[in-house]
Amino acid sequence: MGRKLLTEHINVEGIDTFEVYRKHGGYRSVEKAIKTMTPDEVVEEVKKSGLRGRGGAGFPTGMKWSFLAKPEGVPRYLVCNADESEPGTFKDRQLMSKLPHLLIEGMITSSYALGANTSYIYIRGELLYVLRILEKAIAEAYAAGFLGKNILGSGYDLDLHVHPGGGAYICGEETALLESLEGKRGNPRNKPPFPAVQGLYARPTVVNNVESIAAVPVIVNEGGDEYAKIGIGRSTGTKLISACGHLNKPGIYEIELGLPVEEFIYSDEYCGGIWKGRNLKAVVAGGSSVPILPTELILKTAAGENRLMTYESLSDGGFVTGTMLGSGGFIAMDETTCIVRNTWNFSRFYHHESCGQCSPCREGTGWLEKVLHRLEHGHGHMEDIDLLVSVAKQIEGNTICPLGEAAAWPVAAAVRHFRDEFEWHVTHAKQAAQPGAVYPGAAVLA
Amino acid sequence: MAKITFDGVEVEVPDGTTILNAARQIGGSIVPPAMCYYTPLKGSGGKCRACLVRVAAGSAKDPRPMPKLVASCVTPVQDGMVVENTTSEQVLNVRKGIVEMLLINHPLDCPVCDQAGECDLQNFAFEHGVSTTRYQEERRTFEKIDIGPLIQLHMTRCILCYRCVYTADQIAKGDRVHGVLGRGDAAEIGTYIENIIDNDFSGNVIDVCPVGALTDKTFRFKQRVWFTKPVNAHRDCPKCSGNVVLWYKGKDVLRVTARKDEYGEVKEWICNECRFEKKETADWTIEGPAHIDRSSVISANHYELPVLNQSVVADLPESTQRELAKNPPLKLG
Repeated sequence: MGRKLLTEHINVEGIDTFEVYRKHGGYRSVEKAIKTMTPDEVVEEVKKSGLRGRGGAGFPTGMKWSFLAKPEGVPRYLVCNADESEPGTFKDRQLMSKLPHLLIEGMITSSYALGANTSYIYIRGELLYVLRILEKAIAEAYAAGFLGKNILGSGYDLDLHVHPGGGAYICGEETALLESLEGKRGNPRNKPPFPAVQGLYARPTVVNNVESIAAVPVIVNEGGDEYAKIGIGRSTGTKLISACGHLNKPGIYEIELGLPVEEFIYSDEYCGGIWKGRNLKAVVAGGSSVPILPTELILKTAAGENRLMTYESLSDGGFVTGTMLGSGGFIAMDETTCIVRNTWNFSRFYHHESCGQCSPCREGTGWLEKVLHRLEHGHGHMEDIDLLVSVAKQIEGNTICPLGEAAAWPVAAAVRHFRDEFEWHVTHAKQAAQPGAVYPGAAVLA
Repeated sequence: MAKITFDGVEVEVPDGTTILNAARQIGGSIVPPAMCYYTPLKGSGGKCRACLVRVAAGSAKDPRPMPKLVASCVTPVQDGMVVENTTSEQVLNVRKGIVEMLLINHPLDCPVCDQAGECDLQNFAFEHGVSTTRYQEERRTFEKIDIGPLIQLHMTRCILCYRCVYTADQIAKGDRVHGVLGRGDAAEIGTYIENIIDNDFSGNVIDVCPVGALTDKTFRFKQRVWFTKPVNAHRDCPKCSGNVVLWYKGKDVLRVTARKDEYGEVKEWICNECRFEKKETADWTIEGPAHIDRSSVISANHYELPVLNQSVVADLPESTQRELAKNPPLKLG
């Protein structure tokens, strides 16, 4: 079992209260940072740690922080993106509801590093109970003098607000999130300008994922170099993986990056293998928007090496034979899963969640869903399969925000790796349209 | 000032100019099409993706190409930028895809649509699209929404360019009743619970609409636009500039619109009184026939070719030359 940096005390009774959290070493990083370090030193530690954004894109957090524009006399903002809504990803909810003070501690330390005097946690609208937990914890932090004016007598002020969204997936995109936070319709903005220059209220802003911010206290306490020792290469530290699907032990696991995928799925320490003694068919490794991979490619790369849980190893082979670590939403599917139905389900989600601002995504996501619906329900044609690939390609890269890609990638990947199953849905349309129909394997097509 | 190369033509523009406006300084058929960008409206652009171009070199400082195609209407130029529009196969292919996307849910009811003949989508599809469709599904439709006695909103035709939303917000400043409801392909322009935009300048939403989603109720089904004759006229209006175009059929003024430039953008906003109420020749001082630049059917018989403002250099890329040969520009100076 690897080291647990974030979730070490997650099961301690009452850890969501200030006293218990403080007793277990909480808020040490705030004291250390504010009393003994300059903001730039904190940024330097985060840079050294090699921490990469845990929300999906994997952009180095320290680098993001150093891009923040710092004009004189202009306020800066730190915004925590807690609008976790990717199908298959549910790590932040757990972290916030069980360890609210860890996020708040991270927010204080990070805000200090960035010189922000007002910070926001933008939380998904559906997680209203978590919002209450956070608000209670924030009140406790105010009472203890870790928030508000003159924190720990240092002269540094910070106000922290929690703001619920209205429950739109698109508001997890950072510029749509900022629009929503400003009280507008959650439409993503055109970039440039980037949030680091013109973000919230047209001020320089950093938007970070919950898990990235929660890792900052650990980095400040232990030092960036120490943190960077965990993991392999440019994938440092630990990552929360929310495993779901046909596993014996689905749940949230904190792993050291570099764990072999095979061990993660089959070892009893982690997911404990596939349920009901069945075989693994496919895995979506990083939340529903990353390309799906069949068993042979998720366990081993195309070159025959063991696939590891790292940013690099999972994306080995590009999108032809690889995928992405993404947000860590690990969805495993057993041999009875219908890939066409699954792809249709993902597509339906993106169709529903497209903001409708730019034309390729607005029209394309609906088109993909309708074609997949037709295939799944026995009304497809052979040329529909190529149509899917073509439409996905027309969306990809031509949209304002990454939602277009998120909708296109899973469809393109499903056709790439499971084309025979799509063809079976055309040639055996009636049979495939039955509820619970399972593709019997490539042999029937021969 | 920043010097950029657009399809092989060099042009120098002030810093902060968008790629699209730099291209418009060159003029001619190498200007990317724009369905949502509208110069007088702040915040418009970036939505339709018709103007996507390839940036082959980001700037003189950092000459790497940009990884994705960029929307030329919202991307500012950098000194030393090299942009490919008609010279890039990729851009032309993507543009075909954009036409297809815009058309899959469009009703294609041009034969009964008042906008036909002066429709940006029609022009765009004609120039860049393919003549067949791969879309077999049912098209999205909406009920017609009544937004007052003068303007008809026919949402089914809408391409969600947001121009009318910005117009209602910035020009016809009222109670902010005009906006976008819903999301994805269910998004619709609307006045919340069928309200009326009560403002003297609300009629301008008709002029900015690139398609037939917002039409003039006083002109609906009166006449095809290409059978009417545009005439410049003005009057002494206490509210607006009073500079308009009258559209004649015989002796009758069938409709009044604002004057537009060659990219279909309104030069001066006009008020509802001029637009809807002054429909007699006696109300106006006639200036002379209006000049229609765009390649719409309105100007079928008094057509003029696009104007190239920049003196064309000898060593244009072959594809630019081919593009220009198809549609040779008039040279100024």
